[in-house]
Amino acid sequence: MDLNTIWFLLVGVLIAGYAVLDGFDLGAGVLHLLTRDERERRVMMNAVGPVWDGNEVWLLTGGGALFAAFPPVYATVFSGFYLAFMLLLVALILRAVSFEFRGKVASPRWRRCWDVAFGVGSLVPALLFGVAVGNVLRGLPMDATGVSTTLVGLLNPFALLLGVLGLAMFVLHGATWLGLKTEGALQERMRRWASAGWVAFIALYALSTAASYAVAPWLFARWFANPLTWVFFALLLASAVAGPAAVRSGRFGRAFLASAAATVSVIALAAVGLYPRLVPGRPDLATSLTIYNAASTPRTLTTMLVIALVGMPFVILYTALIYRAFRGKTVLTSESY
Amino acid sequence: MDVVLLSRIQFAITIGFHFLFPPLTIGLAWLLVVIEWRGWRSGDATWVRMGRFFAKLLALTFAVGVASGIVMEFQFGTNWASYSRFVGDIFGAPLAAEGVLAFFLESGFLGLYLFGRGRVSTGAHWFSILMVAVGSTISAFWILVANSWQQTPAGYVVQNGRAELTSFGAAVFNPSTLPRFLHTVDAALIAGAFLVAGIAAVLLRKDRDDDLARRAMKLALVFGLVASVAEVFPFGHVHARQVAHTQPEKFAAIEGLYSSQSAAPMVLFAYPVTPPPELKAKVEIRGVLSWLAFGDIHAPIRGITDFPPDNRPPLWLTFVSFHNMVVLGLYFIAAMAWGVWRLQRGRLWSDRRYLLLLVISIPLPLAACQLGWIAAEVGRQPWIVYGLLRTSEAVSQIVPPGDVLFSIVLFGLLYLLLGSLYVYLLVREIRHGPPGLEPAQA
Repeated sequence: MDLNTIWFLLVGVLIAGYAVLDGFDLGAGVLHLLTRDERERRVMMNAVGPVWDGNEVWLLTGGGALFAAFPPVYATVFSGFYLAFMLLLVALILRAVSFEFRGKVASPRWRRCWDVAFGVGSLVPALLFGVAVGNVLRGLPMDATGVSTTLVGLLNPFALLLGVLGLAMFVLHGATWLGLKTEGALQERMRRWASAGWVAFIALYALSTAASYAVAPWLFARWFANPLTWVFFALLLASAVAGPAAVRSGRFGRAFLASAAATVSVIALAAVGLYPRLVPGRPDLATSLTIYNAASTPRTLTTMLVIALVGMPFVILYTALIYRAFRGKTVLTSESY
Repeated sequence: MDVVLLSRIQFAITIGFHFLFPPLTIGLAWLLVVIEWRGWRSGDATWVRMGRFFAKLLALTFAVGVASGIVMEFQFGTNWASYSRFVGDIFGAPLAAEGVLAFFLESGFLGLYLFGRGRVSTGAHWFSILMVAVGSTISAFWILVANSWQQTPAGYVVQNGRAELTSFGAAVFNPSTLPRFLHTVDAALIAGAFLVAGIAAVLLRKDRDDDLARRAMKLALVFGLVASVAEVFPFGHVHARQVAHTQPEKFAAIEGLYSSQSAAPMVLFAYPVTPPPELKAKVEIRGVLSWLAFGDIHAPIRGITDFPPDNRPPLWLTFVSFHNMVVLGLYFIAAMAWGVWRLQRGRLWSDRRYLLLLVISIPLPLAACQLGWIAAEVGRQPWIVYGLLRTSEAVSQIVPPGDVLFSIVLFGLLYLLLGSLYVYLLVREIRHGPPGLEPAQA
């Protein structure tokens, strides 16, 4: 396995890690919009409160890793999706501050404002990430200066479909997390959202796969021959069976693992199809940015690999310990939001 | 409108706003390491209450810092795509390292610190604030590695149309990394010290929670005095010497040295005008600059006119920001020294005018940080990487100027709103005061 492939995998791991972790934060934020009850809103916010910031770091590290390993991809995609990225940033900013700002003033109007900021700040990214992935998979018109698209152009039907798929996936994942952290009537509602989420997710995934075949057939060129495809497809199938069953029986630990596994599978399957390209060129595939023509030097890739191999095990370890400290149902204390 | 100018304005606004918060976060985190240590080891309720109070302020500040920080990570790609393509082989790595080695640590453990009291042992809880302080300091290191490489690039070669890494060690520990890291982190400690001192002063002036306020004040004054002195000497001096040795155009601009000379003077006060570059109303001491920069009163230093006009940074802004930063730096020493002296004499608690001065001084370290960064970044112009790539060659060519104008307005308004709300909420928290005061003590 060459360095470039290793970095393709590492960036993929960071993206998958982000989706599994901040994915449930974003999903919880969207679900937060669906209740009017003050106590329920506080519980939902505090269910992700201690961990959301560490979760969001996966996005920053993923972006940094993309910059370090594949600078032309970072430059092309970020400048090409300019207005979309600005919207994404504003949404993420609003979500971040709404945690801290919301509870500081007792006024219902203040809290409602920040509830909207929290909800929209979760919904917009949940949608836009799928839109971004959809546009990348579909391929982009590229030249030496970059990708020329417009915001409207980015909101094409295929990308929007993947955006809605991403939204469904995150809402499902958020619902299983909240099912783990809540009790009583709220937990029961999360159970129903998770069930609905699975239905939506499976239907949208099937639709998206079919649409991908129509819009970007090259993704499937070596897909069926690759054993990894079948591994992740099996994982996806298993989670699509075990997940809804676990939700139905109220076993949220398993349900959360299943929605996490589904998230990882979806990303992995897309990655297998994309490999070795990073940004396919449209209409001319030969203009694609690949892990070979858009990579940093072997020296940089090696140095970064050492940093990653030294640093990430510690990250996993202490992150797991921190999550462990917050296991169990969310309880509102004097420290809570 | 010109996309280069617009992108520069946007970067200035976004980084200026962002950098109001990390100095407070880093400074306050290290102070909390001490406060929570005292609370843990002594079990004394006052230290614990102090910790809980300042933790709230840390949380508020950290949130806005994180929120405005994400923008920076993305902005190299969105607005400076040509730069990113050219330097990515070298510049991307410190940013990724910052994520792996620092962001996870500070953000992960902050959650444990803010919400884990009672869920983990007191020792583990103290460890979490230590990790927040360490993580945010490591974060400062890596981002300064990246920025320092722009100032004094090393460990690279230009080939294949880009800068390529030849030595990671040389790139990371380029000539300006260590001086700038020490100077910046110490600035954060000053910011934290003045915040705590100012808040303690508020409580003392209201005769509220005297025991807590006095302990906080003592801690902040000692911390602040040491940090303020060190910021000028050795850190400020070493940093300025580094600039003199490795960035002569910037040195000439910030010091107002317009013609090359030996026994170069240190300008204490002046008003720069151009053209031609000239200092009006000058107050200076001959030889001091040569002596400080090169250890020899008669050492020759190159003046700004020695360099091609195309390579000179803006003179007024660099001179004015640098000099006002220094003035503030000297004020910080004086203010802290006065407090420590009054404390030794047992005359501090009744010195209401000094206490008011401390309250007013809370934002001044942040002003000094902004001025220092203006001097540093504007002083590097016209280069985005000194001697290698000009700022005008570095923008995203694909982004229409109208889009950048739109995002400037968007962030401008958003930051205006968030900044105002932050100040409002901070003042509110300070007014509420520390939690859990027994009625008899009030």
